[in-house]
Amino acid sequence: MNHNEAPPSAPCGAKSCQCATPAASANPVLPETKPSRRGFLKASGAVLSVSSLMGTAALMAKSDDVKATVEWAEHFQGNYRLMTDAEKAEARARLEKRYSAQYHKKVIVDGTEAAPGVLMGYALNIKKCIGCRRCVKACVEENNQSRGEKPGERIEWIQVLRMERGEFSNDKMNQGYPEGLGIQVGGNAYTPAGAVLEGQYHYEPEAVPEKDANYMPIACMQCEKPPCVKVCPVRTTYREADGPVVIDYNWCIGCRMCMSACPYWARRMNVTTPVLPKEDMNPVTHYLGNRPRMRGVVEKCHWCLQRTRQGRYPACVEVCPVGARKFGNLLDPESEVSKILARKNVFRLKAELNTFPKFFYFYD
Amino acid sequence: MNTLISFVPDYWRYVLKGGAKFYSWMGLLAVLSCIAMYGFYLQNTEGLIVTGLTNQIHDGLYFANLVFLVGVAAGAVTIVFPAYVYHNEAMHKVSVLGEMLAISAVVMVMLFVFAHMGRPDRLWHMIPYIGIYNLPGSMLGWDVLVLNGYLMLNFACGFYYLFTKYSGSEVNKKIFMPLIYISIVWALSIHTVTAYLIATMPARPMWHHSMMPIRFIVTAFAAGPCLIILIFQIIRKNTKFWIEDAAINLLSVIVTWCLGLSLFLSLSEIVVELYARTEHANGLYYLMFGLHGLTNLVPWFWGSLIAMVVAFAMFLTPSIRTNQKLLPIACVLAFGGIWVEKGMGLIVPGFIPSPIGEVTEYFPTLIEVMMTIGLWAMGFFMLTILLKGAIGILLGDIKFQGNAVAQASQ
Repeated sequence: MNHNEAPPSAPCGAKSCQCATPAASANPVLPETKPSRRGFLKASGAVLSVSSLMGTAALMAKSDDVKATVEWAEHFQGNYRLMTDAEKAEARARLEKRYSAQYHKKVIVDGTEAAPGVLMGYALNIKKCIGCRRCVKACVEENNQSRGEKPGERIEWIQVLRMERGEFSNDKMNQGYPEGLGIQVGGNAYTPAGAVLEGQYHYEPEAVPEKDANYMPIACMQCEKPPCVKVCPVRTTYREADGPVVIDYNWCIGCRMCMSACPYWARRMNVTTPVLPKEDMNPVTHYLGNRPRMRGVVEKCHWCLQRTRQGRYPACVEVCPVGARKFGNLLDPESEVSKILARKNVFRLKAELNTFPKFFYFYD
Repeated sequence: MNTLISFVPDYWRYVLKGGAKFYSWMGLLAVLSCIAMYGFYLQNTEGLIVTGLTNQIHDGLYFANLVFLVGVAAGAVTIVFPAYVYHNEAMHKVSVLGEMLAISAVVMVMLFVFAHMGRPDRLWHMIPYIGIYNLPGSMLGWDVLVLNGYLMLNFACGFYYLFTKYSGSEVNKKIFMPLIYISIVWALSIHTVTAYLIATMPARPMWHHSMMPIRFIVTAFAAGPCLIILIFQIIRKNTKFWIEDAAINLLSVIVTWCLGLSLFLSLSEIVVELYARTEHANGLYYLMFGLHGLTNLVPWFWGSLIAMVVAFAMFLTPSIRTNQKLLPIACVLAFGGIWVEKGMGLIVPGFIPSPIGEVTEYFPTLIEVMMTIGLWAMGFFMLTILLKGAIGILLGDIKFQGNAVAQASQ
């Protein structure tokens, strides 16, 4: 992932969005412009790289100490949403210290707030998706998910569901009715012929797209009326002003009510300490976004807050080779997403549940 | 004041003394509890990966037992209600034992909450003022509120009653009776809210129906009294305290009614769900017949159904219902059947298939099973102490000796 590249066109609509000028704190290579907790870093790129190296070295030398003291302080912090700006900065600085020591690199924990006039929206062209799952991979790499060997250590936020095409073809007419679709096409009406899931997301084809498959990618729908937020007993998950539903990982008690309440299976539990190799850890993070999680808390897609709040696209949008994924500001009539909603055939998943997703599907 | 000061040591001195049978029972429970503590340690160092919980099925044995034990706690009201509302003499004498059971059951619920949570160290986030309490939005918030309230009500009522017996004074009815009436209504509320907890999630069609609260209450009022009958019979065999047949007979009548209603509600659910057999019935279908070749819970479902039907037939026959030798068999069948039906049989199929249609199965690990057994053991440890103390006071074995004796013993 190259963090030096200039943002592509600002997805949030430049005129109402602060994202057009990325905050320095989100990019470790850009110099710091405003005085802050990282004021010790000089405002010159050359000096910065040297001093940050020194800082990292200093942290590495006593990494165990730093981790222990910082973690102790973390236990007593409040709910992020209710903190004052100073407390928020302190909490982020504390995390930066711990992560830098833990992953042996300079880690940034950004705290950019929602910009006024922005409501993020997502649109996905199901006709274009070829099922390559580059989005799944890019998401894991960008968002510091656990990637171990055991089933509980592998967390993916996107599933690309592979749907069998040709359920109703002539050669299948006598095999019972396909359970997912519930239309009888012969066979014994009371005994489905075979095990047919509605969609597989662990498929290993030689090449994509496959002739006999459709693909349906899903992830968190960032509902306007999220059931997960309603059930949370400690208000650790909430809707941000610009749309995404986020989690304060330091406040989550791991009760998993949100996971039961989510109709889209978007939430994942860290059943063990996430397996995140030091060299693969993405150091550009956001407090409510992709910062490394701890054991026993729930996580989910947050539309790459560390990117989108800086005017960049989410990793899945950027990586999609066929341009099936679109992202932008729903309040800006000129944004790509707004134009899609205005002109294309659009639907939302499980609309009958009144969760009002901001993730739309469309087809040409 | 002297009475209160001497109450505590007198109480402890009595409950900690016992014969070989008592000590071996308590020793067994203590060993099982220690194993559970080790499991809890593993869960909080390794994480929940030591359990069989996955991202598809993330509530299992712990949540199932939690739900079931809320019912047992609420079931204690089947003693308190006839005692104080219908002024049933036999029940009135033993009503405090019901309160002791309620206290232990609520404590067990809390133990299972601890076992279930990913981050029990952050429980303080739920304490108002230091943390945040998401009311009125979160059903879990309401559940914690009503459970703690029920614990306090039963503690207050139970120990106030025992204390007056101990000191030989009279119960102040102006304070006591309102608390009793509140606790009766409160018992219904704890189980109603627990039903709302899972029934308010359209994401899980298996749970999303309005029959859930009444079904919870009838199964609670069947399973709770079954356990109470068993406990009463053990008390009759092992202590000098005699519980009248009338009390046990009334409880078995309550079980008969509630077990019948519960079977009727199960039947209604099966007919309504499987007649149309929409995708929303997949969970129930998995439970009854298996789905896509996965059939782990099928024998449990049919086993529990048979146990409940046989128990109902036994309870329905007056000659068996009043037979103190056969009654325990019926009670064990009904209690076990409801434990399966309302625990694993309700919680696990709620996750099968997952909201995106994935069919997976739940395999509890040994650690999970040992934790569950150990947490039950902790509950029974507490229950034994509470019942022993209560019986000692009711028998007059623990009694305030007057100021002279109290001072002399100092």
